[in-house]
Amino acid sequence: MAAQPKAPLVKPYLQLRKETAERDRGLREKVMTLEEAVTLVNDGDHVALGGCTLSRTPMAMIWALVRARRKNLSVSRSITSSEGEIMLASGACNHIVTSWFSQGIVWGVSRVMRHYTEKKLARFDEWSHMSLGMRFRAGAMGIPFMPTRSMLGSDVGRMRDSEVKKITCPFTGEDLLLLPALNPDVALIHVQRADPYGNAQMDGLQFMDIDIAMAAKRVILTTERIITNDQIRRTPDQTRIPFFTVDAVVEVPFGCAPHECYGMYEPFFDHLDKYAERNKGDVVKAMAAYLGEYYYEAKGWPDYLNKIGMSEVLDAARRGRSVFND
Amino acid sequence: MTKEGAAKPYTASELLAVMAARLLRDGQVVFAGVGIPLLAATLAQRSHAPKLTILFEGGVIGPFIVPGQLPPSTNEQRCTRRANMVLPIADVLLLLQRGYVDVGFMGGAQIDRFGNLNSSFIGSTDNPTIRLPGTGGGNDISSLTQMIVAMKHEKRRFVPDVDFITSPGWIKGGKSREQRGLPTGGMWRVVTDLAVMGFDDERREMKVLALHPGVELAQVQQNTGFNLLADKNLEHTEPPMRAELDVLRDLDPQRLYTA
Repeated sequence: MAAQPKAPLVKPYLQLRKETAERDRGLREKVMTLEEAVTLVNDGDHVALGGCTLSRTPMAMIWALVRARRKNLSVSRSITSSEGEIMLASGACNHIVTSWFSQGIVWGVSRVMRHYTEKKLARFDEWSHMSLGMRFRAGAMGIPFMPTRSMLGSDVGRMRDSEVKKITCPFTGEDLLLLPALNPDVALIHVQRADPYGNAQMDGLQFMDIDIAMAAKRVILTTERIITNDQIRRTPDQTRIPFFTVDAVVEVPFGCAPHECYGMYEPFFDHLDKYAERNKGDVVKAMAAYLGEYYYEAKGWPDYLNKIGMSEVLDAARRGRSVFND
Repeated sequence: MTKEGAAKPYTASELLAVMAARLLRDGQVVFAGVGIPLLAATLAQRSHAPKLTILFEGGVIGPFIVPGQLPPSTNEQRCTRRANMVLPIADVLLLLQRGYVDVGFMGGAQIDRFGNLNSSFIGSTDNPTIRLPGTGGGNDISSLTQMIVAMKHEKRRFVPDVDFITSPGWIKGGKSREQRGLPTGGMWRVVTDLAVMGFDDERREMKVLALHPGVELAQVQQNTGFNLLADKNLEHTEPPMRAELDVLRDLDPQRLYTA
């Protein structure tokens, strides 16, 4: 790898302001295809993912990045599931920043994660859940750090020694830990509804998505459906991400498959079970075969869903809507 | 579990869930993981603690779980059923820092005599034998509130010193937790399929408080990789009641977490 100038841990404030000032913040349409949105992500970028574990994972955008053979991305997410395995195995990512990384508790310890981290093919930087959230929040607030009382005294904190600072509070004399702001190059966020300008409404759990959108230099929004700006203006209290933080809006139904999108579909459990089963042997071979079948050979996102299968799609949707049964 | 005697009318996981549920009190705010902690907290709600509130790190305040629809993690829509509020991850975790949470309740992969938990590395950090999934919210919860851990009692899981402190207990015992910058919280109870353990007030070393039905202290020691203290008023827990087991089987009919 060619030597690259080492970026500072925390983005200098004037640079952050300059980058934001240079963005076109006018009320303009940004609707595009997955393939067009891919051009907003460069090799080596720091990409933050919205959602958490199996929820509101921006899978369609990840699928497009893998197909476009993006390389050497650093990827941060609250909790990382099978999308992290896919990004490592495809070579799209060689650095994961997260609090927890495995497909999910019911499938045990990820053998893909183990392969890439234990063989040192990829970095896995572990932060506590709250600490990662506070890093995005500091980034969203335009301040260089956030003080917390977590991660003190543990080896999770010790492992991050070069990135955190323990201080004595100037008011109380207590120990506090300072967490560096995280301002990603790109945020990938999937929502239930957005207008063509990028005003995004999300139902259910919000995870770290709002802070990620505010902190990032660019935001790619994928959405189950595009609604009109008039519809947004009828319920502005439901809008969680404002249009001027957003650079691309892509309409992708079932854009989290095989993960879930609140109120629309639950995880595709059969597919995820089969996926986990495949990874019980040689994970490199198994993942190459999976990527070939579902990623590289699919003619488009609808064909990817075809390969997963209509019965799974319908079953996930039936379960997804069941939240409204109460 | 116990080798002698007839088969018990409950599994080790059911025993764990029942014994853990009994430690929770009415009116408490409990930060729970999925699996046994969630089952135990829900069992408590349905028996002696109807005013108990569950929090999930996915950002949920006060959900009720639908029987047979247990969430795969704390972050899916199943976690939000009939909840009072959903909020961002950082904000629900900040409730711990602010002090609104009475008990943090999670499972454990590896624990040591001071109640430190490891879910990050087996072996060294440079060349681990196994890279485990990591902390999730475990580090935050155990840094900021009083903890209950529910886990299987096996020698390989109960080690003198964990390879890596993911979720801090009493660190090195004595006052070391406070001295490292954690003045609140700490490991309160460890519930296993053999016994209930607490920690000595001074040295902060693990101490057996109560033995489950048919279990002897020697058996607990045999399954532990360090010397256990024993309370001088060592008690025996009452076996799980039919009503308690019925609730668990109603919640988890597929036996995802209680097989």
